[in-house]
Parts: sequence; C-alpha cells; structure tokens
Amino acid sequence: MKKLIIALMLFATPMLSMGAASTVPLDDADVDLGDKESLQRGFKYFVNYCLSCHSAKYQRFERTANDLGLTVEDVKQNLMFTAEKIGDTMDIAMSAENANIFFGVTPPDLSLTTRSRGPDWVYTYLRGFYLDDSKPMGINNVVFPDVGMPHALWELQGWQEARFKKDEHGQMQFDKFELVEAGSMTPEEFDAAMRDLVNFMTYLGDPSQMERKALGVKVILFLLVLFVLSYLLKKEYWKDIH
Amino acid sequence: MSFINWVDERFPATKVWNEHLAEYYAPKNFNFWYFFGSLAILMLVNQILTGVWLAMSYKPDAELAFGSVEYIMRDVEWGWLIRYMHSTGASFFFIVIYLHMFRGMMYGSYRGPRELLWIIGMIIYVAMMATAFMGYLLPWGQMSFWGAQVIVNLFSAVPFIGEELGIFIRGDFVISDATLNRFFSLHFLLPFVLVGLVFVHIVALHKVGSNNPDGIEIKANKDENGIPRDGIPFHPYYSVKDIVGVMGFLILFSMVLFFAPEMGGYFIEAPNFEPANPLKTPDHIAPVWYFTPYYAILRAVPSIMGSAFPGVLAMGAAIVCFFFLPWLDRSPVKSMRYKGPIQRAALGIFVIVFIILGVLGVMPSTPALTLLAQVCTVLYFAYFLLMPWYSRIDSTKPVPERLT
Repeated sequence: MKKLIIALMLFATPMLSMGAASTVPLDDADVDLGDKESLQRGFKYFVNYCLSCHSAKYQRFERTANDLGLTVEDVKQNLMFTAEKIGDTMDIAMSAENANIFFGVTPPDLSLTTRSRGPDWVYTYLRGFYLDDSKPMGINNVVFPDVGMPHALWELQGWQEARFKKDEHGQMQFDKFELVEAGSMTPEEFDAAMRDLVNFMTYLGDPSQMERKALGVKVILFLLVLFVLSYLLKKEYWKDIH
Repeated sequence: MSFINWVDERFPATKVWNEHLAEYYAPKNFNFWYFFGSLAILMLVNQILTGVWLAMSYKPDAELAFGSVEYIMRDVEWGWLIRYMHSTGASFFFIVIYLHMFRGMMYGSYRGPRELLWIIGMIIYVAMMATAFMGYLLPWGQMSFWGAQVIVNLFSAVPFIGEELGIFIRGDFVISDATLNRFFSLHFLLPFVLVGLVFVHIVALHKVGSNNPDGIEIKANKDENGIPRDGIPFHPYYSVKDIVGVMGFLILFSMVLFFAPEMGGYFIEAPNFEPANPLKTPDHIAPVWYFTPYYAILRAVPSIMGSAFPGVLAMGAAIVCFFFLPWLDRSPVKSMRYKGPIQRAALGIFVIVFIILGVLGVMPSTPALTLLAQVCTVLYFAYFLLMPWYSRIDSTKPVPERLT
C-alpha cells in the first residue's frame, strides 16, 4: 500500500507542474542571484529606466545597497533621484491619479512583478516591444498585446519589427524580430542588460532569498544531526521491545 | 519529592502524567503512519506561534493589508522566516492531516469503540478548513480576494436565504474591508477552538485506547497487573520515537520553507503577489490545493435551472460522508491487513480519485476534464455509499490473537 501511494504521488507531480500557457514561448532569463555585479548593473538600469514611472514602494534603498554590496554613499550619489534619505522606500514622485491621466493606466508597482509574472515573462516582455502602426503609440508587445507602456528602453535597443507567420491552423503566430533601427547597444549587449535588470527584479521580489537559502543549508544540516541522534536514542530505548 | 507532593495534593499532576504518558499503554507495533498525530499537533503549535507573531505586524485593513505583509517580509527582523513558516505550515498541516485520516481509513481506526474519536477528528478537519479559508484572505492578494469571492458565493447559491447568507458572511455586498476585518478576527479565534477540540480528541483517544495496524484490541489481553501484554508506555517509548518523526518531518518542511516556499505556485499562488483588485478578475481562479478535490466535485455537478446549488450540496456531502464511515464499514475486521481484495481495491481507487480530483481542481475546466471529474465524483461517492455492501461480501483473512 505504501509503495502504491508513493507511485501515485510521483505520477501526479508532472500534472501539477503544468501552468497557464502563454501564446509566445518565454525566453529563459537565466537568473543568478549569486552574481553581485549583475545585480548591481540591474539596480542601475532599474533606477534609470523604470523608477520614474514605476515604484518599488515596498523596498528601501538602504536594504538594497547592503544586500548588493554597495556603499550607502555610492547609492546616495548615483542612484537616488527620487528619495531624500537612504532609509526611504523606492517610491516615485508621480501620483497614481496623475499617472492614470498621463498613460490611461497606472504603471504597476514593480516590487513583486517577478513573483506574480515570473522572471522569464519579464525578460521576454522587456525584449518584446515592436513597431505597430495600428496602435495609438505606434508600438506593441508580443507577450503583452496592446500594452499601455511605451518602449522605455528604445535608446538602448533601437526599434524592431515583428514578423508573423501562419501556423497549421491558419492563425498568425509570432515568428521573429528584425531590427530596423539600431540603438546604442548591440542585440547581445541589450539581452545581457535585460538579464541584469530581471536578475535585480528577481532579487527585489524577495530580498531575503539569498540569506534564506544560506540559512536553509545550515538548518537542514543541523536537523540531520538531530535526526541521527534521536534515532540512536530511540534505538537504545527500544532495544528491549520485541 | 515534597514539592511534587505539595502540588499533587492540590492538582493531580502525577496522576495526569501517568494516565496520559508514563502509564498510557499504546500498542507496540505502531508503524510509519502513526507519526502524523503528533506531527499534526506540532503543526498546530507552529501555526499558532507564528500566527501570533505575524499579527504583531499585520494590518487587517483593505488599504494596508497587502503592504503590511511585504513590510513583514522585508523590514521586520526575521519576518520572512515567520511568514514562510506560517504559509508553508498551512500546507504541511493539511498534508499531515490527510495522511493521518488515510491511516485511520486504512486500519479501521474509526470502527467501534472509536466512532466518537473519529467524529471529533472530522470536526477538527472542518474547523481547520474554515480557519485556512479565512487565513487565505488576509494577505489581500488577487487570489485571496477572488478565491474568497468564489467560496462565499457558494453560500449565496443556497435557495431562498442564499443572498442574505452571503451578506451575513461578508458583512457587505462584496468582499471588502468589513470582510477582511471579520475574517482576521475569526482566523485568530478559531485556532484556539482547534486546541480545545484537539484536547477533546486526545481525551477520547485515551478513553478507548489507540488502534494499531492489526486492528485488534490490546486491552483484550492483559497480564496479572492489568497491563495489556502488547502495550508499552507512551512515555518514554513513543515520546522518543515521535522525536525521530519530528526531525524527519522538519527536514522535509525546511526543504520547502527555505528553498521553495511558493512550492511552484501551489503553496503561495502567483496572482497573490498582486494586490486585490475588485475590478480585475484573474484569468483562472483556483483555490489552494488542499480544497481542490472538493472544488472539482463542485464544478463536476451540473447546475439545475441556473443554480449552482446541486454542486454546493455535492461538495458538502463529500465532506459529510467521512462522518458516517464508522457505520458504513460492515467488515468483520478493522484493518486493511485482514480485509479482502475488494476493500483494498476500493480504498486504492478512492485515494487515486481523491488525488485526480485535487489535480483537476487547480486546472481550468474543459469538456474532457469535466467528464473525468464527473466520473471521479461518482467513484468518490460510490466508495462511501456502496461500502455497507462491498465491505460485507468481501473475503477476510483470519485475525491473529496478538499483535504481529
């Protein structure tokens, strides 16, 4: 019976891992929170390109500086455009009401976006803007159709067009991008920069996760020792029970 | 000794210790499945302690709740650990309880004289579900909000009084700040009701004595001192053994807690990292995994004249069936060890059906999946309703006199 139950549980696991499908396959963001330099570069991009319309209001500058191995002075001098004190949260000056008037939608807070959408979604989204004359702003996005956000990173990436092709059901499906106007970065440099940015946003979603995993290893090793000791104790007590 | 004598004259400390631990005789052949009772108590204590500490920083206010959880996760010292112990603990509590119930079903622990023990356990299970449901609203994320919306609407499907009942539960016409406040209040109260119920559960257990994998009464064979020949004192034998179980369990618990607290979106669902938005319905609303078997049954039953009430009834009946197990099982033997192939197959199919329904409950429904859910729902109820018949006609093996 025990074996049967275990076999059933194993049988059920692949079924559980099936998630909601997206129409566009997501690219692997290859997140590595051990890469401090990538996180620092990501922080820089985040502050420069995101943190004027989007807030990250649950996170504090000081915490970020400490976790990423930056000095408070560094962050104060180079990365704090919107806040006064190092202990402030990463909020923005624009009110939600105004943002709604300017953009037609309030740009969402980005503290938890990698947790609600997943890092791969954010990575594909950031690289997924293309020119589309049918839209009011002339741009669209492959993973977020009819998105309200402009292509904030066009200076870096340049402009690209999307090519579509018919699939076996005759539906138009996204095929590939073609760069029509180069930005200040090559496509490889831009991908690397977006990886840094997503890496940082993954940290931002749960800033204690590096500490958590490091602590977890110690806790489990400690419990393994206790497990062995308690097992030996049990054996000693039970040696006269038959 | 004089101190303990002084206490014993005023409070039966030694008597209680002996009756419930040092001279409580438990069968000597408890196996793996007997760890889950003590582990359930461990999880209840974990939930209460971490919950009390979370409540020190949590704000039950629709404007502040979501932010206060993030405040706990980022700014409160060790807040992330306490929060993940609580969220992971909720799921592990249900895992432990489901295994504990399965043990009872496998070895016939619900059979006389333990009917009341089983019923008290089922009341604990229902109270636990209520507690978990109210707790899931508190982070005030998208799934908190819309999950609560769906479940409260079940009560609104009751004919005639449904609408009033929904308003009574929510304290408003929609899930709102008023609902959040009352759910927080009840989520804090119910765990202490659970403690009381667990106490009663243990009192009932110690009155009738523990069942065992052989399903035979050790009290039927006592030595000249009136001690069961196959019994051993709970303390120290099972107290030291349960410590081993606790350590093994905590290792598994820590693996999830420290390395996968979201458990791929099943312990903490991804949409719950977005604040509740009454104007934006998520693409796919699924309750947390421990409710999904019943949710699948709810969706499997077709609505009659536009009313979802038949599904709600079926969902309620799916839980109520468990209460009647002591009287549905007519087998001359208790334990699956001595039951025949029909009852073994029935329990095996029931477990498979329960797991399939659980998986279906988290998936969006399609016509094919709905059909599968309907077949599973029929099998689910057949397990209970046909039990008086198949448990009687099934063959049995001879039950030994003493524990094996």
